[in-house]
Amino acid sequence: MQKKFDRGLERTRWLAGITVFAVLGLVGMLANPYVISLMTIVLLFTFLGQSWNLMLGIGGQLSIGHALFVGLGAYSVGVLYVKYGISPWVGLLTGMILAGSVGASIAWLSFRFEVRGIYFALLTIAAAEFARIMFSGWEFVGAMQGLFFPAPTGGIEISMLRGDARFYYFVALALAALGIIGTEFISRSYLGYVWRAMRDDESAARALGVRTFQHKILVISISAATAAAGGGVLALVQGSIFPDSIMGMGLSVDVLIGPVVGGLGTTFGPLVGSLAAIPLNHLMSALGDSLRIPGLNNITYGVVLISVVWFLPDGIWPAIVRLCKAIQAPPTALLWQSRKVEE
Amino acid sequence: MTTLLEVENLSRSFGGLVAVKDVSFSLRAGRITALIGPNGAGKTTCFNLVAGALKPTSGRVLFEGRQIDNSPPETVCRMGIARTFQIVRPMREMSVLENAMIGAFSWTRNVSEARSKAYESLESVGLAAKAHARTDQLTLPDRKMLETAKALSTRPKLLLLDEVMAGLRPTEAAGIVGVLQKLAEGGLTILLVEHVMRIVMEVASRVVVLHHGAKIAEGSPGEVVADPKVLESYLGAGFHA
Ligand SMILES: Nc1ncnc2c1ncn2[C@@H]1O[C@H](COP(=O)(O)OP(=O)(O)OP(=O)(O)O)[C@@H](O)[C@H]1O
Ligand SMILES: [Mg+2]
Repeated sequence: MQKKFDRGLERTRWLAGITVFAVLGLVGMLANPYVISLMTIVLLFTFLGQSWNLMLGIGGQLSIGHALFVGLGAYSVGVLYVKYGISPWVGLLTGMILAGSVGASIAWLSFRFEVRGIYFALLTIAAAEFARIMFSGWEFVGAMQGLFFPAPTGGIEISMLRGDARFYYFVALALAALGIIGTEFISRSYLGYVWRAMRDDESAARALGVRTFQHKILVISISAATAAAGGGVLALVQGSIFPDSIMGMGLSVDVLIGPVVGGLGTTFGPLVGSLAAIPLNHLMSALGDSLRIPGLNNITYGVVLISVVWFLPDGIWPAIVRLCKAIQAPPTALLWQSRKVEE
Repeated sequence: MTTLLEVENLSRSFGGLVAVKDVSFSLRAGRITALIGPNGAGKTTCFNLVAGALKPTSGRVLFEGRQIDNSPPETVCRMGIARTFQIVRPMREMSVLENAMIGAFSWTRNVSEARSKAYESLESVGLAAKAHARTDQLTLPDRKMLETAKALSTRPKLLLLDEVMAGLRPTEAAGIVGVLQKLAEGGLTILLVEHVMRIVMEVASRVVVLHHGAKIAEGSPGEVVADPKVLESYLGAGFHA
């Protein structure tokens, strides 16, 4: 019976996924420029959140310095395009390889010397800050003055990944869909199983033959490479790159808000979380401006974050899933699920 | 019969405490051997040394003639040694079935193959009906059986079981004893830590006795329970086999 129930849930998931993306597609075609630009950011941070979520939610490795990888992706696209006119596609690929290698190197060094858990997380901040400071002083990449993409000419140029706001909305939508499908795919493959095992209990996983050293490096480099892809597109969308915003601590935090609010380790969590958090932030920021209450957005943001963590500690998405299960499942199944066996 | 595992003069100390002291024994393929001794005798430490979770202070461990005491646990597992943890370690966010699948990924990358191996392992320890439960819905004896199923999914040649029958009712324990005997008939070698002497007498063809980290006796179950040193240090004066 459990199996049949799971299959029903499975169908609901697919339906929900397709509906959500159909609606997002319509939004892209019909919405006004403000909504389009806001939703582009939501979708990009869905993708970035997905990348971060893969690493912590499935692989069990906490990064608080994801801005490093985002920044490497952005600068790869920016430098190659602005300085040499090379297509952003090449820049994206370069950024992914670069960030993947940097991620793998940090992971290798760290785990080789048994730096793990929260100490590893501190190392990721240190690496990101180091890179930010380095890029801030590096004239070739524009230092503090940043890099500027030439203004778009109007038309859509797929080969150069250039176009108007609506074009970038659909690029971001494709990226978010790819992130969700990719996460689901990895999650169901053997990698998903061994990574979750490693996340839940590293030494028990090793006793079952999981080569955790290699797998940690793998999950971190995949996460880094995908974050770089998101960073590359983010740079194109914003039209400029500044070290403080693209590689700063603030960006590292923005990346993890979506999955933390939406649901750690879940496939849809980053989307749900970004949808909830980013528009709220913008709305409160606008409201704060018109009411002349500076910082209103940050206060609201903080209150909402704390409430979510307090009332829905595993995030919004798992709460939605629980609700759906409660509506669909026969009461006996609910009884069985809530019964805790005493030890 | 061939020797599968050789433990040679194995010692391990923690600071000033010598947990395992110059222990030697060997395991023959296809047999069930019991490792017994009072609390703190060094049984779990011995397991950790064999499984690569701890490095010995001195001495060697040979598996199929190859020295393994410098290998990390995942390598030892992939060579064919699986172990359970005395203090159970389920992967909490994964279902019972998913827990039992992990070990199979040491020899396959095919998810459905791993899933059917996991069902088979769960079946053999009597947990198949609870495959879709969460691990926190299991009783402690069931969690110990899950440890066993997880280890079985790695397709081991040697299985190290650390008090997996603790807390089972006698009829349940008898069922597991039957399973272990069948596995041994199929060629699996088992080293078992067990406090219930009745079970030891029933399943083990050989017994190794540890006391304060040192081996004080080894032999058939009958020989061991008749040994005055064992009677005095472990079984107590009132024991009758
Ligand atoms: N990691 C460790 N650090 C320090 N001391 C340890 C460690 N592991 C075990 N010991 C000590 O080594 C001795 C042997 O412990 P071990 O767990 O091997 O005994 P055991 O025979 O398995 O006992 P039990 O029957 O209680 O499980 C004990 O004195 C224990 O306190
Ligand atoms: Mg023990």
